[in-house]
Amino acid sequence: MRLIYGTVLALALAAPAAGQVAVRAATVHTMAGAAITDGVILIGATGKIERVGKASDVQVPAGYRTLTATVATPGLIDAHTVVGLAGALNIPADQMQLELSAAIQPELRAIDAYNAREVLVEWLRTHGVTTINTGHAPGALVSGQTMIVKTVGDEVEDATVVPVAMVACTLGNDGLGSTGKSPGTRAKAVAMLRAELIKAKDYLAKVSGPEDKRPARDLRMETLGKVLTKELPLLITAQRAVDIMDALRVAKEFDLKIVLDGAADSYLVLDQIKAAKVPVIVHPTMFRAGEDTENLSMETPATLKKAGILTALQSGYETYVPKTRLVLFEAAEAAANGLAFEDALSLITIDAARVLGVDKRVGSLEAGKDGDVALFDGDPFEFTSHVTGVVINGKVVSETPQ
Amino acid sequence: MHGLVFTRWCGALVLLATASGASAETRAFINARIIPIAGAPIEKGTLVVTDGKIVAVGASGAVKIPGGATTIDLAGKTVMPGLVDSHSHIGSPAGGDSSAPIQPDVRVLDAIDVRAMSIRRAQAGGITTANVMPGSGHLLSGQTLYLKLRKGSTIDDLEIQLPDGRIAGGLKMANGTNSIRANGTGPFPGTRAKSAALVREQFVKAVEYRDKVQKANGDATKMPSRDLAMEALVEVLDGKRTVHFHTHRHDDIVTVIRLSQEFGFKPVLHHVSEGWKVADEIAKAGLFASVIVIDSPGGKQEALENKMSTAAVLDKAGVVVGFHTDDYITDSRIFLRSAGLAVRAGLPRDKALYAMTMAGARMLGLDSRLGSLESGKDADFIVLSGDPLSVYTHVEQTWVEGKKVFDRSVPEDRLVATGGYGMGRDATLETDGDDEGGER
Repeated sequence: MRLIYGTVLALALAAPAAGQVAVRAATVHTMAGAAITDGVILIGATGKIERVGKASDVQVPAGYRTLTATVATPGLIDAHTVVGLAGALNIPADQMQLELSAAIQPELRAIDAYNAREVLVEWLRTHGVTTINTGHAPGALVSGQTMIVKTVGDEVEDATVVPVAMVACTLGNDGLGSTGKSPGTRAKAVAMLRAELIKAKDYLAKVSGPEDKRPARDLRMETLGKVLTKELPLLITAQRAVDIMDALRVAKEFDLKIVLDGAADSYLVLDQIKAAKVPVIVHPTMFRAGEDTENLSMETPATLKKAGILTALQSGYETYVPKTRLVLFEAAEAAANGLAFEDALSLITIDAARVLGVDKRVGSLEAGKDGDVALFDGDPFEFTSHVTGVVINGKVVSETPQ
Repeated sequence: MHGLVFTRWCGALVLLATASGASAETRAFINARIIPIAGAPIEKGTLVVTDGKIVAVGASGAVKIPGGATTIDLAGKTVMPGLVDSHSHIGSPAGGDSSAPIQPDVRVLDAIDVRAMSIRRAQAGGITTANVMPGSGHLLSGQTLYLKLRKGSTIDDLEIQLPDGRIAGGLKMANGTNSIRANGTGPFPGTRAKSAALVREQFVKAVEYRDKVQKANGDATKMPSRDLAMEALVEVLDGKRTVHFHTHRHDDIVTVIRLSQEFGFKPVLHHVSEGWKVADEIAKAGLFASVIVIDSPGGKQEALENKMSTAAVLDKAGVVVGFHTDDYITDSRIFLRSAGLAVRAGLPRDKALYAMTMAGARMLGLDSRLGSLESGKDADFIVLSGDPLSVYTHVEQTWVEGKKVFDRSVPEDRLVATGGYGMGRDATLETDGDDEGGER
């Protein structure tokens, strides 16, 4: 008897099967066309969205679990974080986002360091953040790789969307070495980056050359090679205008695909960024001004978006308190500082998905996309509203109002 | 002779009044939604200000506007008392240095840069009074200063004079891990028990010092040598200087209660990350709690269980709850957000607005002068574009003692509010030995 009871309990505790969930909300911001009043999102057994439409037009099949909300949005996307590599304790044992033994280490993989059970991952998940681009932090010239994960699963394999998303690079003060270690100046940093890219170019040429002349396998060169072939974007943290211009110059010289990150001074060089057709993952709206970010403005997300530059928001990297930000709150401040509601929401949904190159899977509520939904009991951006439910891959992962 | 001095003195006063212009003027702010804190919100109200003081506040029909008053129409706007930030580091003062863990003689008064951009940002956030503190990297890092965020060019312009002639301020203390340093490295404690022992040792000394002073009974030959540190602690023992105690973990909070009861003083508890675990103990001790609202838990072990619901739980237990920015930890410009997020986590709206104003005033012992819109109080108030708890609301104007110190419609002030080119010159001074040091 006890054994049977135990089995039943274990089954009940096991994660429920994905899908067969319907979300009905007074307003559904699909981020693919106009918002739907009294809308329904149907998520099938595969965890993919089957249908999105007006409640009057969409029949919820028998056996589907229906969740209701005032507002439903796509699961939120944090376009750049370090959560999972960085933990809440903030002690060396849980800070794996930055390795400082060398200035250039593109071979460091995020997948080897991401802790899916980290409490900060849960914090993001319960606040509606379902997809994150996480990995190595700003703070070294080339600090390592980032990856794209869903905020679910016990192990990184359960969470992975894109195992290698970008290679993280930092120009400016934050990317300089500690005293006596190169790079010690901005010009040295760019010289080192260019030299390494030239080396990788040579490596690429030799690898595709005659078999007897092929070099020994080099993980560092291999990764930078993928940057050169545009397989991997270089995510360049550049706050000051000088750093942004350095990033654009290097990108042009080596014909790289880059994403600008932070970009505190971007309002000074809007035309140049726009002409280079480079997307921006802008600093958190409420980011603290100081040093290279001393001139940041809470209106920059609006400025970039209005200039027609593809823009996403990030929670960024924090060394102390709060150990992570929430892009929901950062987008809210962007909405309070010059952006219309859906324009601000796009920074953490569809436009973030586009910047990360995963917009075929996430970022909007459309048939065929992943069943990732955030539910709210009011305007998602208001301080006093709550995230009332979160669905990831068709699975209800949070129902406690936050 | 006496008469001459008096006449000259009067003349100086007249000159001052003329020079400062607006101070003697009467202004009537009309048609605003007024949240006086003392009493229910007034949907359409009038606030009358003369010479830096509130002379009348009430519903439009019920308040008579004095003849000659300048009328300012605030239809569609919300007016509430200036915000009181019970714990801030604006002006970037460093307190005690690394020579000792307990330094009651050190004053932030001697270290604040009143021209700092952080002070302008606080004005832009609607803060009119701030308790500027040294850091938490010490058991006792020095004397704090309560500032009125007037426009000024020296620290003297921002100080608050108490009726007994002293300058208003408190004393900053801390327990938990920030003030603990690695065992055996100098005078700082290596454990929690050692931290408490060092604090008790100093308070025992202070009690003895006070006894000596009392026994001397004014006889200079019997007085102990003057000791600046002891003087500050005696003010604490006498209830003349409030201890503002940084404390996070439940057991650290209880330690503060234990120490304060042993020596008979009433500290204000600051941060209280795990206050929700010991809400009844805090209520029973009758202590005020100034809560920090942070976007995520952690950053250090003792803040792992920091919750947005802390304020709500403490309030329910009967504790007087306030908020603080801990600027640079949270930005003074978005201080009202703390109230909004606390309401999200269950704090009643009226309590949240009380916490931003009156509770802070009580924590600084200034509630007879500020914290609510009442006749006779300082004319410290803010004009908001809408509901104080909405993310979409901006602080449009900040008034301190009847003078406008921030106006969002002025481009220069607006730039302070949003940030932008040239606005961050002195924004970061993280290494002042505070918890903001980020070392642990």
